[in-house]
Amino acid sequence: MAEISLSTPLDTRLIEQHLPAGEALAVFNAAYPGAGAVVSFLGNVRPDDTVEALELTHYELLTLPGIESLAQQALDRFALTGVLAWHRVGVMVPGDPIVLVAAAARHRRDAFAGAEFLMDHLKSASWLWKREKRADGWHWIEPRAVDHGDRARWE
Amino acid sequence: MSVRILFLGPLRDLADSPEMLVDAPLDWAGLLAAVGPAVAAQLGEARVNVACGGRVLADKTALAAQDGDEVALLPPVSGG
Repeated sequence: MAEISLSTPLDTRLIEQHLPAGEALAVFNAAYPGAGAVVSFLGNVRPDDTVEALELTHYELLTLPGIESLAQQALDRFALTGVLAWHRVGVMVPGDPIVLVAAAARHRRDAFAGAEFLMDHLKSASWLWKREKRADGWHWIEPRAVDHGDRARWE
Repeated sequence: MSVRILFLGPLRDLADSPEMLVDAPLDWAGLLAAVGPAVAAQLGEARVNVACGGRVLADKTALAAQDGDEVALLPPVSGG
């Protein structure tokens, strides 16, 4: 990927190919020199002996607009100075980065909370559909009860 | 002119193809009739949402799609 140019204070993307997490975080950190705290979360496709591949599909008219709205909510609710929320779509293999969020704030508690808020909503309340390829073919995955519980605690 | 119906996620496997075109206008009864019994049964469940023109309907049974609208059938989601 060419040098990353970030939009501020919100940068939300759906990424069709490799998610360049290290480069993105370096650019994010540099974009908010006034932030006393930057918290990030990188999710990788969990290695699993039975899963050969994972595919995420999205819906053009809803998925990215929904993530943009989520990022704006996080910015407002936790007094963040910047938010990054990048999600992979398409086919991935175990170990591939699948989601990256980062929150910049004056203070660490807001940054931690912002990153967690973003992840809890991306897991179970974004317009994404996940399926796994195992030896016997593709299987659709639904959020676990714990994922819904993680989101509900912000209500 | 027509309405495009999109089947997202697992609903894609229940439909014959990822999308279909039907005559406009399209209401809830017309949608249920158009998509076939397997998808119609899923649409009856509260956790399956319907979007029209890029907006999720608060009441999917109030669907009123016009010429050129895109109607998306949205089963439960699962992200990263």
